Amino acid sequence: MVNRVVTGAHYGLRDWLAQRITAVVMALFTLFVAVYLLLQPAVDYDVWAGLFSNNVMRSFALLFLLSLFYHAWIGVRDIVMDYVKPASVRLLVHVAVILALVLYVIWSVQILWGM
Amino acid sequence: MHKQRPKHLALHLIKLPLAGYVSILHRVSGMLLFLALPLLLWALQASLRSIETHSRLMEILQQPLSRLVWLGLLWAFLHHFCAGIRYLAIDLHLTSSLAKARSSSKWVLGISLLLTVLIGAKLW
Repeated sequence: MVNRVVTGAHYGLRDWLAQRITAVVMALFTLFVAVYLLLQPAVDYDVWAGLFSNNVMRSFALLFLLSLFYHAWIGVRDIVMDYVKPASVRLLVHVAVILALVLYVIWSVQILWGM
Repeated sequence: MHKQRPKHLALHLIKLPLAGYVSILHRVSGMLLFLALPLLLWALQASLRSIETHSRLMEILQQPLSRLVWLGLLWAFLHHFCAGIRYLAIDLHLTSSLAKARSSSKWVLGISLLLTVLIGAKLW
């Protein structure tokens, strides 16, 4: 019997799954908004702002954006791991990406629930 | 036998299969969308904040250079969306044969370009 020693940081399956769940959430939101806008006779500011005026839609939009940011983190992290070889630069880029995404979360809440 | 190491691949000579192009474009479009996030959030904010910021945004979107940028982002989104749906289908074993992998790659490239043109024409 071969003793296999599994190495690694053990986040592979979790992130693989998270990438797909967040993708489905984003796809559902996108299709909902697309169909809603297609069903309107004309899309102007009132229709657009009206769509985001109730808390259910705002929460759905925030869920979409949070899914997007987490999805973006996994994707960008994997790209950086593939192409950026020096560990120090890689760490710097990772930290910059995380900080940017955390700021985007705060910004998203401000956008959706009035400034 | 002595092998030359490290081995450098001549990237410009490698012929990728169609699915390979879909794959690398999935990365490229994803990276583009990530880099455009500040612009996209700013546009969402302007579109919702007030009727004045909304109309100002619409004016900016009409400028030629900005149209080009938004058309590029629209393609990036649509390609990433369609290619993502394809990967979900592959995970569900819906497209497991080589022939299906090839034809679905064609569909992804075609539909995302077609939708970019259609939505672009509708917007402007």
